Amino acid sequence: MASLDRVKVLVLGDSGVGKSSLVHLLCQNQVLGNPSWTVGCSVDVRVHDYKEGTPEEKTYYIELWDVGGSVGSASSVKSTRTVFYNSVNGIILVHDLTNKKSSQNLYRWSLEVLNRDSVPTGVLVMNGDYDQEKFADNQIPLLVIGTKLDQIHETKRHEVLTRTAFLAEDFNAEEINLDCTNPRYLAAGSSNAVKLSRFFDKVIEMRYFLRDGNQIPGLPDRKRFWGGTFKNLHYD
Amino acid sequence: MKTDKSRILQSQGNHFICFFGFGWLFFMRQLFKDYEVRQYVVQVIFSVTFAFSCTMFELIIFEILGVLSSSSRYFHWKMNLCVILLILVFMIPFYIGYFFVSNIRLLHKQRLPFSCLLWLTFMYFFWKLGDPFPILSPKHGILSIEQLISRVGVIGVTLMALLSGFGAVNCPYTYMSYFLRNVTDTDILALERRLLQTMDMIISKKKRMAVARRTMFQKGEVHNKPSGFWGMIKSVTTSAPGSENLTLIQQEVDALEELSRQLFLETVDLYATKERIEYSKTFKGKYFNFLGYFFSIYCVWKIFMATINIVFDRVGKTDPVTRGIEITVNYLGIQFDVKFWSQHISFILVGIIIVTSIRGLLITLTKFFYAISSSKSSNVIVLLLAQIMGMYFVSSVLLIRMSMPLEYRTIITEVLGELQFNFYHRWFDVIFLVSALSSILFLYLAHKQAPEKHMAP
Repeated sequence: MASLDRVKVLVLGDSGVGKSSLVHLLCQNQVLGNPSWTVGCSVDVRVHDYKEGTPEEKTYYIELWDVGGSVGSASSVKSTRTVFYNSVNGIILVHDLTNKKSSQNLYRWSLEVLNRDSVPTGVLVMNGDYDQEKFADNQIPLLVIGTKLDQIHETKRHEVLTRTAFLAEDFNAEEINLDCTNPRYLAAGSSNAVKLSRFFDKVIEMRYFLRDGNQIPGLPDRKRFWGGTFKNLHYD
Repeated sequence: MKTDKSRILQSQGNHFICFFGFGWLFFMRQLFKDYEVRQYVVQVIFSVTFAFSCTMFELIIFEILGVLSSSSRYFHWKMNLCVILLILVFMIPFYIGYFFVSNIRLLHKQRLPFSCLLWLTFMYFFWKLGDPFPILSPKHGILSIEQLISRVGVIGVTLMALLSGFGAVNCPYTYMSYFLRNVTDTDILALERRLLQTMDMIISKKKRMAVARRTMFQKGEVHNKPSGFWGMIKSVTTSAPGSENLTLIQQEVDALEELSRQLFLETVDLYATKERIEYSKTFKGKYFNFLGYFFSIYCVWKIFMATINIVFDRVGKTDPVTRGIEITVNYLGIQFDVKFWSQHISFILVGIIIVTSIRGLLITLTKFFYAISSSKSSNVIVLLLAQIMGMYFVSSVLLIRMSMPLEYRTIITEVLGELQFNFYHRWFDVIFLVSALSSILFLYLAHKQAPEKHMAP
């Protein structure tokens, strides 16, 4: 069974948003009882059926690398973190729906990974400007997950969900909003589970079936969405 | 008379608002840079504590410069002191308890009674703190200012001495490049390779576990779910053959994860050392290296003086300003207006002491906060820091008395009541010595241990 193919997916986000609980839920279908601070990187593995239910169904390992820390860490921590960013096939960006700063920091997180080849000084990541060029060339599939949905009051839900929809659009990614302490959000057959499955399928496709550099049809159209830098967008 | 007083109060109020604004900005820009402020009461408390502490220092400066009349200064002192003690002893501990309890899910419903309970426990220990120390004459009542200040003073002076001792030793250690370990790129690459290998091992074990769980789950689908009494007994007595294997692998994974954490932290350390080596080659780095040598001499001198003070049971009677002036007048024969110069020099000296201690404390608090806070505990930690800051500043006022000439000391002596000031200085010397010596020991051990870890094949 160890001969299954593998893909590597990074799980990024500020500390305290619930990445460890999310990864535990995704891999072991159980709620994490005692979440504690992640030091360094913790990995877990999920067995995924690519193209489930079709004749081309194949099982893959999905490695979820949960990288701990914050965007404001010291540069020595950032330099050490870069070692985990090698040969990444997909990125899951996690933010806390009750904490706006964690959503804003997702831009800096994605920049940190996409710019991993350059020297990790504080300059590029600090001002949060979007390097549209770098992001337009990005071939790595992204998924945005918002946590702690249960703590958002009914009345504010619409406003919060509109904001996160903009966020997901910026990243050209699907979004899922859930509560990591409740497995029913990812129950089989729910729309969240379908989105998740589609994301993993896309990651596997990018890694194994499109090696010859062909673009996924439809990607050039999406470049039209981005006009200008993102520091002008306000989500308040 | 009345308009005079109201004008004074108004100008004091303006100063207070200035300090408050500075504390507010510091909180938002520095401390809570990466977090979201959800409970504004925390920010308000922090800024208010900071503002009142700064006002106290301002009053000392006024004392030296002779601004405002003596009676109004006394009034402001008393008022300021009362408010600060109120905040430090009643407000902040209560809110620390409240936010601490709010974090615990189980006790969420009964937050208020539990935080009151925590506050009463704090008051009990706070009171008990006064017993082993000879700090009070027995003729004071229970709730007088002297009782509260004496205890706050003990805690604050201990903190000051601990920070001073550690800072005096750590400062030359970090500035001087003599202590920097030699780190090459190959060392870092080797460690990174080990880290990735460990991660790969964890992954392969987790893959086995995931597959085993999946087969167990699929097998479980075929059989009926155990229902009823006998079903439960059966599921308890017969365990699936795969599950014992799983626990074994899980233990191996736990050990490997601990190893990966260690390797990660060591790599971070190596990167930090490499950055410091590069920094030491720059001009600024060389300047700090030179300062480091200077500070190491100063540190040795301070340790020496503290030992002398304790051994010979000596508390300096005259302050450095007057003594300096005496020396220049008597031994060097330079005549000048003692009163005028003593006032200005003590103003500058006291000003420097105040500014450097505020700056030093804020920097240390920020570093501490970044190191240990997370989004859940940030409120509690900031309040703890505000508490430490308030106690620190109150005790600085206590100790700064020794650096001022006699005529300016009277107001502090008057306002703070009959405290045994000598005791505090002695206590400071003792804790300073203990802290400095243990820091030397600690840094020596850490320094010795580190190279062996990395040079090992």
